[in-house]
Amino acid sequence: MCGIVGLFLKTETYRPELGHFTAMMLHEMRSRGPDSAGFAVYDEGTPHHVRITMLAEDRVVDWAATAADLEGFLGAAVKVREIHDHAVFETAGDGRMARQWIIDHVDGVEVMSFGSQIELYKSVGDPALVAERFDLASRSGTHAIAHSRMATESAITTSGSHPFATGANTCLIHNGSLSNHNQLRLRLQQHGETFQTENDSEVAAGYLSWRLREGDTIEEALERALVDLDGFYTLAIGIESGFAILRDPIACKPAVVAETDDWVAMSSEYRAIAQLPGVGDAEIWEPDPATVYTWSLT
Amino acid sequence: MSSSASTVLDFQTASLREINQTLHDETTGSFTIVNPRGAHAVAAGIDSDIQVEIDGPVGYYCAGMHQRGSVVVKGNASTGLAENMMSGTVRITGNATMSAGATACGGLLVIEGNAGSRCGISMKGADIVVGGTVGHMSAFMAQSGNLVVLGDTDSDLGDSIYEARLFIRGDVASLGADCIEKEMREEHLVLLTELLSKAGMAAEPRDFKRFGSGRKLYNFHVDDIDAEVARRTEA
Repeated sequence: MCGIVGLFLKTETYRPELGHFTAMMLHEMRSRGPDSAGFAVYDEGTPHHVRITMLAEDRVVDWAATAADLEGFLGAAVKVREIHDHAVFETAGDGRMARQWIIDHVDGVEVMSFGSQIELYKSVGDPALVAERFDLASRSGTHAIAHSRMATESAITTSGSHPFATGANTCLIHNGSLSNHNQLRLRLQQHGETFQTENDSEVAAGYLSWRLREGDTIEEALERALVDLDGFYTLAIGIESGFAILRDPIACKPAVVAETDDWVAMSSEYRAIAQLPGVGDAEIWEPDPATVYTWSLT
Repeated sequence: MSSSASTVLDFQTASLREINQTLHDETTGSFTIVNPRGAHAVAAGIDSDIQVEIDGPVGYYCAGMHQRGSVVVKGNASTGLAENMMSGTVRITGNATMSAGATACGGLLVIEGNAGSRCGISMKGADIVVGGTVGHMSAFMAQSGNLVVLGDTDSDLGDSIYEARLFIRGDVASLGADCIEKEMREEHLVLLTELLSKAGMAAEPRDFKRFGSGRKLYNFHVDDIDAEVARRTEA
């Protein structure tokens, strides 16, 4: 099953309440995915700074010491923020280099996301508790995607939870199951992608990561995904300036979109959208199968 | 209470189970359900001659297994509207998403807006009238009954269809396996006139085309027997 939600604020009106609305939407999707949850929030960030969100599951990491070592490597200051078992490093140094350094040098730490706009959190357990643990409701920003997971293809772990990062400022959430993920994982590994789990959705994320690295636009990458991904999927993809949706050609995994002058919301079910302000006047429709949709600030 | 008054059932003060139980307990009268906010299984399993109006959008399986009486949804509906309905009427003023009228055995389902994919999938005798368009794979494996579409259809209409009749006024993106266009005879015009009238839809029956089974797929093809026997003998 799984529940997915996305909210993109077109105007500034509700930006202070982005997290509040996203938490409300995620709350409605608890019954679709009680095993674990995660979310990615996008805000304007600090100019010329990059943030790296990391997870240290079941182990204690001296984040301050790690940041000091990273400063030495980057030659730039690294600011640390710890939230539960996650930490966010912020630096004016090179984000991609910082990410790779952490993967290579810090044992037991997974990099959840990196980019100037994105922070990404996930955890096992009731989605409502996960939202509370990382204080989703208090966050402001331009857009967010969130996922409640009912595990089918791999174990219930934090690292197997969604979203999965696909590159700088991009991440993906998935409702469905891929049938060719083992074969595709091998292909992607040959292209240099690394995977942290056995999860099928991480393969979809790795696929987009590869295509974006090869220079595809998000639209081109998703058009290509229609050919290469075999299985059932409704995908929501967070990008720097908004989000995108893709459903497989059969489209048996649900999706509904609502749009007003102020916001675009998507979800697995309408009830997640029902509480948003002005929903009574929203244009509401179902995304077509095998069709790429994107909403963007620019 | 006067016979014209409608009992209001409010999702802000009653649970889904309480509201549906009320509808199951009552045998006459009319009911207005407010603040459904996309709840699932609203007004499912109604089995008496009551009139139910739902003000607002509903979630999955609204009016599922509908047996008697009428349900009107003023808004949109999600997956499986009136799935497996047996008789009575269900009408929706907005759009319905996937699998509206799935496996419906009887009764009349009217969708004034558009229907999503697989509308009337495996329908078994219901009449479904759609004012707008229908999505891909509508009437998939439809066995009997009538699907009337005033707008266009997406791809693979009537794939693997049995004996349901499809009347389409708009464009058909593509036909599914073994679904073919058929002659619109006088008896079909009479039937279509009656269906449009029951649904309260103004349309000229002569503007529609009829589609149905090519009967090449749903029955075991007798010519295949020899080939099958030969295959088994060789094995």
